[in-house]
Amino acid sequence: MSGFGELFLRAMFVENMPLTLFLGLCTFLALSKRPGTAIGLGVAMIGVLGVVTPLNQLIYAAVLAPGALGWLGFPEIDLSYLSLLAFIGVIAATVQLLEMLLERFFPSIHAAFGVFLPLLTVQCAILAGSLFMVERSFDTVESLAFGLGSGAGFALAVTLLSAIRARLAYADLPAGLRGLGITFILAGMMSLGFSSFAQMVAP
Amino acid sequence: MTALFATLTEPLVRKNPITLQILGICSALAVTTSLDTALTMSVSLTVVVVLAAGIVSLIRKHIPNSIRLIVQIVIVASLVIVIDQVLQAFFFDISQRLSVFVSLITTNCLVLGRTESFARSNPPLPAMADALGNGLGYSLVLCLIGAIRELIGKGALLGYQVLPTTDTGGWFTPLPLMLLAPSAFFLLGGLVWAIRSIRPEQADAPEFPAPEVAETRQ
Repeated sequence: MSGFGELFLRAMFVENMPLTLFLGLCTFLALSKRPGTAIGLGVAMIGVLGVVTPLNQLIYAAVLAPGALGWLGFPEIDLSYLSLLAFIGVIAATVQLLEMLLERFFPSIHAAFGVFLPLLTVQCAILAGSLFMVERSFDTVESLAFGLGSGAGFALAVTLLSAIRARLAYADLPAGLRGLGITFILAGMMSLGFSSFAQMVAP
Repeated sequence: MTALFATLTEPLVRKNPITLQILGICSALAVTTSLDTALTMSVSLTVVVVLAAGIVSLIRKHIPNSIRLIVQIVIVASLVIVIDQVLQAFFFDISQRLSVFVSLITTNCLVLGRTESFARSNPPLPAMADALGNGLGYSLVLCLIGAIRELIGKGALLGYQVLPTTDTGGWFTPLPLMLLAPSAFFLLGGLVWAIRSIRPEQADAPEFPAPEVAETRQ
């Protein structure tokens, strides 16, 4: 169980998706103007990453990994080159399914952050969660911890950034720095802050 | 011909995909710790975006509108798998250092953005010119940031020692911060600032403009 918590915290702080690994930056920068939208995006990220990463781990282990089809009598088949296509398909299908379920059973939640769900299909952070899972050979529980932790880290970072940007909306910045420029510099400062977490979990 | 040339050169600086449209920065910052990874990434992305734009544009009249995103993603993902296998076969060291970022070209907003907004409604030749221009614009920013980070962080370019560092008896003290994550954000922020100062028409309008005349105190 300590492994679960450690992996969760590590994915959330030490290997924070947008700030130390630069993943999912497009949505991170585009949807962080207001704290309300940022929180919606963060919750959607936690949900999708928490579902997709373990699901992809199951599929990878059962079908795509080298030698996974041994029980069918094909022990030498290695389908791992197909994992990219499979992961994208799973992500698109899961996002669609989640959206339909939310719309049917939790209309209020769907109204709050349903607009962000389709965007997440082509979000690098979500695909990267599955790819890191393969690269570091996590099992199902570990990939659940990793997915939830990465999602929580993304939610934390995007909420913090949106709060800072909301405070800066009235600031008198140089014309060239308005909007995108200052956001990069803010993200850089937050990234400096997050790098102090690097020693939190021993490697 | 001039129109083709214009679509090719416009995205280089004036409509640069990274600094103006915030497309494709996800991978742009992660691979720029040294110039050789940045170069590999640039070449891979340019090849993928040109081929994807060509293929999507060739079959643009046969793609049903409702499933066009899936079709485009599958085309891009197949091309990325090919590039990834080629890199692993011939440039194993670099492909190890790029780790998952080559595969992440699939979800790079730049590629999907070009196929969705341009290649889908234009014949193959202009579509590929536009994709090449955007790929080169992306490469330009990537190589610039990669060169600055490697030069200041290690005193080297492409692995060759350019500035003699103090460890080896030279005068240059490397700044390791340049190799860490925050400096990439600062450099890109500075680059955006520089470009927008030279070309003020790219700057964002202020969200809450200051009143022209200051309110007078009673």
